[in-house]
Amino acid sequence: MSRDTALVSAEWAEKNLDAPGVVFVEVDEDTSAYDTGHIAGAIKLDWKTDLQDPVRRDFVNKAQFEALLSERGISNDDTVILYGGNNNWFAAYAYWYFKLYGHREVKLLDGGRKKWELDARPLVTDAVTRPATQYVAQEPDNSIRAFRDEVVAAIGTKNLVDVRSPDEYAGRLLAPAHLPQEQAQRGGHIPTAISVPWSKAANEDGTFKSDDELRKIYGDAGLDDGKETIAYCRIGERSSHSWFVLQELLGHPNVKNYDGSWTEYGSLIGVPIVLGDEPGEA
Amino acid sequence: MTAPASAATAAGCAAPDQAAPLPASIDLEKETVITGVVRSAQGDAVPGAYVRLLDSTGEFTAEVVTSPAGQFRFFAAPGNWTLRALSRHGNGDAAVTAGRGVHEVPVTVTD
Repeated sequence: MSRDTALVSAEWAEKNLDAPGVVFVEVDEDTSAYDTGHIAGAIKLDWKTDLQDPVRRDFVNKAQFEALLSERGISNDDTVILYGGNNNWFAAYAYWYFKLYGHREVKLLDGGRKKWELDARPLVTDAVTRPATQYVAQEPDNSIRAFRDEVVAAIGTKNLVDVRSPDEYAGRLLAPAHLPQEQAQRGGHIPTAISVPWSKAANEDGTFKSDDELRKIYGDAGLDDGKETIAYCRIGERSSHSWFVLQELLGHPNVKNYDGSWTEYGSLIGVPIVLGDEPGEA
Repeated sequence: MTAPASAATAAGCAAPDQAAPLPASIDLEKETVITGVVRSAQGDAVPGAYVRLLDSTGEFTAEVVTSPAGQFRFFAAPGNWTLRALSRHGNGDAAVTAGRGVHEVPVTVTD
């Protein structure tokens, strides 16, 4: 994977709004954003109600993913262009789902909603409906998904990349600062995890930095190219953004997103936690 | 289930409604709230501005989009913070030293 295959620019997107076989999908935490204006022809996915199981603590399974995409009118042959708010956090999360379930052509819109809005590109409020399809997903590709036991086993052996803000890493904050701080889990980070906030990979307008800049950021932070990598954040969406950078833009092999992330790890009984700004010992 | 609407928001990283009153569940003796309105040089509220909270080293901590009345709100921790707003009307910064409780910080954006 590379920038050319995984990313499209706002310019490209605006020229291809009506291109056959291209489906724009807005993925938002806050679905009112879509309702106040979206890219023409774009359908909406709600990261929570559409992409999370309503009962079990997990995301949608293969059958649920097939039902969702069929109902929204996405076919296996469509090129899916994902974009959203929060600097594409949730669009990157959805990108990871699409990859996990084996969708062939999926790309992120560089800069997401923010870049589009700051450029004053057009947004519309028209309702969008697409004819239903018969979507067939692949079995989940768990080579890009990390579970808790392998995260604990990775301490001191694999690259662990904590992509939360420095204050969350150190344990001074328990959630991103647009959210209340009272949380059930303990604060801190996984021992030996390096701190590379997701935001280091993005420009102020939400676009990704250049490949050279990105390589330098992870290199300077101490990422060992010879090891497998697990990225985590609080609930797995910011780490999808960093997973996208490492695997899809920079082409690192063997990068996993730990979607359980800190809400799971920080609630586990007995696992080691490090407080403060240093990675700590295994 | 009688969970308040805010519970669903707090469970994720979802951007809460910036114009909503502080939920009753928020304990201001524990929370450090940094809030304010983004205005243009002419004094008009700027809706849809992207406001980011930067920590004392300038590192990104969070970002929200202002309400129709230009409002934003963060839940931080005591310390020194910088607010940076981006909008179609220009950009602007403001610094704040915050303890627990609510801090009103205006941000003006200029071309």
